[in-house]
Amino acid sequence: MNWMAWTELTAAFFSVIAVILVCMTVYEIKVPCTERKGFLPISTTRGDRLFIGLLSSAYIHLAFLAFTELSLMIALALSTIWLAVLLRWG
Amino acid sequence: MNKITNNKAWWLVLPVFLLVAFSAIVPIMTVVNYSVQDIFDQNTAYFVGAEWYREMLRSPRLLDSLLRQFSYSFSVLLIEVPLGIAVALMMPAKGRMASVSLILVAIPLLIPWNVVGTIWQTFSREDIGLFGWAVNSIGIDYNYASNASDAWFTVLLMDVWHWTSLIALLCYSGLRAIPEAFYQAARIDRASSWAIFRYIQLPRLKSVLVIGVLLRFMDSFMIYTEPFVLTGGGPGNSTTFLSQALTKMAIGQFDLGPAAAFSLIYYLIVLLVCYLFFTVINLQDKAK
Repeated sequence: MNWMAWTELTAAFFSVIAVILVCMTVYEIKVPCTERKGFLPISTTRGDRLFIGLLSSAYIHLAFLAFTELSLMIALALSTIWLAVLLRWG
Repeated sequence: MNKITNNKAWWLVLPVFLLVAFSAIVPIMTVVNYSVQDIFDQNTAYFVGAEWYREMLRSPRLLDSLLRQFSYSFSVLLIEVPLGIAVALMMPAKGRMASVSLILVAIPLLIPWNVVGTIWQTFSREDIGLFGWAVNSIGIDYNYASNASDAWFTVLLMDVWHWTSLIALLCYSGLRAIPEAFYQAARIDRASSWAIFRYIQLPRLKSVLVIGVLLRFMDSFMIYTEPFVLTGGGPGNSTTFLSQALTKMAIGQFDLGPAAAFSLIYYLIVLLVCYLFFTVINLQDKAK
């Protein structure tokens, strides 16, 4: 695994993504979700909302890096709140 | 037909998943790892956090090529989509000529990128190329090797020559799928040919056009070979598009960290565009 040049941070990042995917799968099996319409312009399933949330979180981080000197911790906190809001009301 | 939902069927996807894991997921993870480190050799790497991302997002060289890339892809779509529709409308619908024109239109699609590049590189030369010589002899100063806008124009022309056929063929198949009854109804109403195009043909072409636009956008967004063969991205940086800027950085200068950061930004853009198209196609399917 040395050639992949792992760091603690990226390992943690991918572990969190993997844990999210596993949790969502288990949740889906226990409580199958139905498509519904929230504040987003299209009706979405839980998985759609997760994908939209993760992708927009990536863009939030990039915007922080491009336009501000603020710590990425703020971007991370914002993204987490955004993801939660999206999953609940999106 | 009754569809049965059985989640055990997912096991059938396992071989593909393993294949994709090795060809896509593991390399992407590696790129993510590279993007947060300054790498000197196999055993020397320093963690730098988000520094490369910050540098890349503010680097004029890459922002320029990003802007160039977007304007190129939009020009490609702006020319190829209307032209492709026009060609499809003009192609004969039945008979021997229909097959002949289909074959003729499909020929450019069979030619590999680097060959297209070489053809146009020779064809557009001002001294020995027929096109370049002809343009110059009617009094227009044209030289793709020294003039940036000429080089840009030549790369665009190459792509239009190469790929308009794809849009034309997609639209042709879309047009053939319109039932004759629609045209009969239009004739009874004495609809003009513009009205037939606007209210019958164009709406029916929507789904093939979405696919066509997706394919052309993605392909032109990854363009590498044609400008590379033509001028190597020059003159100056005028035809250095994203993938070439990236290759220069990763392989030419061996700046693995910055190149990894930039390729992930590139990847996020592609992912967003793909998702938008995917949503549009899904909405269309639901509307049917």
